[in-house]
Amino acid sequence: MLSKRVIACLDVRDGRLAKSVKFVNTKDIGDPVEKARLYYEQGLDELVFYDITASSDKRNIMLDVVESVAKEVFIPLSVGGGIRSVQDATNLRLAGAEKINVNSAAVLRPELISECASAIGNQNVVLSMDIQKVEQSEERPSGYEIVINGGRTPTGLDALQWALEGEQLGAGELVVNSIDADGTLDGYEINLTRMLSEAVRIPVIASGGAGKPQHLQEVLTEGKADAALVASMVHYGTYTVEELKKYLHENGVKVRMSW
Amino acid sequence: MNFSNDRTVIIDYDAGNLRSVQRACAEVGCDALITGDPEVIQHSTRIIFPGVGAAGAAMRSIQAHGIDEVLLDRYEQGVPILGICMGLQISLTHSEEDDQETIGLIEGQVKRFQIKDLSLKVPHMGWNEVTVVRPHPVLAHIHPGDEFYFVHAYYPHPKDESCVYGIATYETPFCCAVGRKNFFGTQFHPEKSGRIGLQLLASFFKWDGSIAE
Repeated sequence: MLSKRVIACLDVRDGRLAKSVKFVNTKDIGDPVEKARLYYEQGLDELVFYDITASSDKRNIMLDVVESVAKEVFIPLSVGGGIRSVQDATNLRLAGAEKINVNSAAVLRPELISECASAIGNQNVVLSMDIQKVEQSEERPSGYEIVINGGRTPTGLDALQWALEGEQLGAGELVVNSIDADGTLDGYEINLTRMLSEAVRIPVIASGGAGKPQHLQEVLTEGKADAALVASMVHYGTYTVEELKKYLHENGVKVRMSW
Repeated sequence: MNFSNDRTVIIDYDAGNLRSVQRACAEVGCDALITGDPEVIQHSTRIIFPGVGAAGAAMRSIQAHGIDEVLLDRYEQGVPILGICMGLQISLTHSEEDDQETIGLIEGQVKRFQIKDLSLKVPHMGWNEVTVVRPHPVLAHIHPGDEFYFVHAYYPHPKDESCVYGIATYETPFCCAVGRKNFFGTQFHPEKSGRIGLQLLASFFKWDGSIAE
């Protein structure tokens, strides 16, 4: 039986690890390569790097980070942030990324998803969606809206419609990131995650809000997510990846327990 | 470990990023050369045959490079070969994907998952437990409960049951490790499967290509 995955997300700015609360007030919390190695040794199933570097002239720093990590971490490595073209995707793949996450640029130009899918394979293209709860309306029947530019710009796009369109265009996986839950440590947005997971036939990664091991269990069962993304709760040492997996295992969630 | 006399090649036929395979080889002490040149492959002493993508495109590229013939020759000469994912699939005789005739080192079909449970997604992507059903030197250090990383929508189905070395379950059991003589293939990705995957690669590098009959 397929295991549920625990994925750690590392936000990287100018080559250093950063963590934001509700997408603002980022602060430096360490070396991404060191953290990646630590989580790998603790049994992490997959790693996501999100490049939040503001200036484009510092973008190559990310390639170095990916390259260093790929030399010693032998689990799938996914990279997102600022990917606007097949060339960006290919450069990151050569540096050692397995999967590519597209987000804002795909909302502005949806063909980016199909272009990347035909260049590197559907299974390697992850559509990452930042989503906020809104009033249900004719334009946004799901009651959730897509937000871009690191959570700053509402698009008016309905989250469910965008997820389905993304799948249609060739995305191999979805990251469902709740802006409302992000950084709160109060738990994932279960309803949103379940709604999207039931609507698509590609894996769904739940993101935003994890603070306790129980939150992962909830989103992987009730929320029907295939994977749970964690950040703060492991970055600050509140929990180790191993503790999270042990909790899930003991509470009936199938996870990989030997590494 | 010292593999200095070993000329290991990773076959490049434009089917995906091979550097992750190369990095994993380096981690277990083997400097493997990425090449699509039949001349170089002809002089290799050990072959890794990876790849992702679709069977039709993979075969067209293999034939265009003349890799199918040299691979058959190396196989007949007893050189240890490790097929990974698409490399394993096109080493069988036929794939349902693109209804494609493939290289045929081993008689068998590649079939698409027919999943009835709609909550199970295709491709089968993620970590799954591999059960060793027949001992093999390449699987020597794999234990019950060990998991490997998979990404695929098709799986190998060798004609001869005795070629099946490992199975995994996704709704129903399927073959995920195939062996015959000096060829061994995995549907999963050892290069992305953590320490256990590296262990499998290390076992492959120690393997002389023979199996106990």
